[in-house]
Amino acid sequence: MTVFSDTMTLTGRMMKHMTRSVDTLMTVVLMPIMLMLAFIYIFGGAMTIPQEVYKGFIVPAILLFTVASGVGYTAFRLNGDIQNGIFERFHSMPIAKSAILNSHVVTSVVFNFISAMVVLLSSILIGFRPKADVLDWVMALLLLLAATYALSWIAVLFGLIAKNNETAIAFSYLLIGLLFISSGFVPTETLPKILRGFADYQPMTPIINTLRSILTDGVIPSDIWLAFAWCIGAIVIFQVLSIYVYRKKLR
Amino acid sequence: MQEAIEVVDLEKSFSNHKVLDKISFRVPSGSIFALLGTNGSGKTTTVKMMTTLLKPDHGSVKIDGLDISQQALAVQKKFSLTGQFAAVDEVLTGRENLVLIAKLRHLKNYLSKVDELLAVFDLQEAADRPAQTYSGGMRRKLDLAMSLIDPPQILFLDEPTTGLDPQARAVLWQMIRTLKKSGVTIFLTTQYLEEAEQLADTVAILNRGKIALQGSVAEVKRHLPKETLELTFADEETLAAAEALIGGKVNKELLALNVATDNKVEKITMILNQLQAAKLEILTFTQKRASLDDVFFMIVENRTEEGK
Repeated sequence: MTVFSDTMTLTGRMMKHMTRSVDTLMTVVLMPIMLMLAFIYIFGGAMTIPQEVYKGFIVPAILLFTVASGVGYTAFRLNGDIQNGIFERFHSMPIAKSAILNSHVVTSVVFNFISAMVVLLSSILIGFRPKADVLDWVMALLLLLAATYALSWIAVLFGLIAKNNETAIAFSYLLIGLLFISSGFVPTETLPKILRGFADYQPMTPIINTLRSILTDGVIPSDIWLAFAWCIGAIVIFQVLSIYVYRKKLR
Repeated sequence: MQEAIEVVDLEKSFSNHKVLDKISFRVPSGSIFALLGTNGSGKTTTVKMMTTLLKPDHGSVKIDGLDISQQALAVQKKFSLTGQFAAVDEVLTGRENLVLIAKLRHLKNYLSKVDELLAVFDLQEAADRPAQTYSGGMRRKLDLAMSLIDPPQILFLDEPTTGLDPQARAVLWQMIRTLKKSGVTIFLTTQYLEEAEQLADTVAILNRGKIALQGSVAEVKRHLPKETLELTFADEETLAAAEALIGGKVNKELLALNVATDNKVEKITMILNQLQAAKLEILTFTQKRASLDDVFFMIVENRTEEGK
């Protein structure tokens, strides 16, 4: 199938983009680690809960933060491809056209998932001790993978519709905003009433709660389906929308 | 002769603005066709529709006998496109850019071809540097090399020399001529009359979405004024009076009047005599080569006269 070989060829191209950009590596891997250290060792001191407990509490949010800031670059690069005409070049060639978007998504999933793993490893280095067994690990990583896949398709849509590079990357701040108004960094009970109502029902909260329950406490919650449902729903909707916009844009 | 490209009644509008209004032309196999027009005349839109990047509202395009709307993938195997802005991957090196396209075109044993193209385009030294370090001319050459890695039957070049210095332009012209010799059909767009003269077998002039003039270079040139006389005056009144007397194209900012002379002494003498007789004082006069603007002006002027 040419779809497969074309996707691999174009993914190879994107991987070179990612690994050759020091800026991307810094933002995607170092920023979350800095944020984690700041929350645990700077703000954590002012909190009433012990540092060890808080580590377990925020690691899931930090992992999603890694992916959310990482997909900003997915949108940025995709938009760059449109702006500088390379998309048109590919589009006028006899290749499987779906490979063009696929390559951005595959690169985004692989790269951001690996980044999240690096951040997870560093959290273990500073003393995070997951209680997860093998099955728990499999479920937790699957959920993180699903969330990365969903966020990558969201990034593709924003990359396609953004007028320029700066707007394309700005959408990841929306995702990061969602993370802060969720159960990620503080229990939602401590939030003001209006924010709490939002925080309890937005997708980041069930995903973070599920990851936390599995990784930190070693318990697969009964509502794990809700977290997966959000991811799968987002994948379907944003993939359909992206492909629609893409076709409209280039024909 | 077999037609490489056949365009019939092509139409395109963007939000009520008609960019192309029923344009038609044919490009014989193995020839060079130049679509000449100013910025915004619809050249790029035409190229995009011919290369499957944009859907026409109306009309048809056949490439080597195949309808592009029905057999897009088969058509895409026959041509290469080098767009207006060098579409190279800036992060990849020159060599990697060529390898990327070779892989996407599913070529085998492409490495020697890559080396050969790097040599032909004089990019060997820069081959392993990222394309973002390249000059404008080098990017264009790399872009063209990318279009040639899988030798196309038909090559589309959208303003291939815009923004290039004269030397780089001459090099590119030479390459285009060499390609023609090897049997490639070339469709190019340009803003420069000179470029069309230098390269093309057939020229079409696109003006406001319509083909104003079409034919061989010799045929088209017969319709064009060779030279114009630019006269400047001291004030707007004199300028207006002079225009009323001898016609021509007014430039109010420069207080100038451009009159076609066909490079004939009698015509110039007549113009100057007429102005002197009317006691309209000329500040300066210069002979100018006809620019594309003058050509369009003349075409439009002729139209309205024919209409009268």
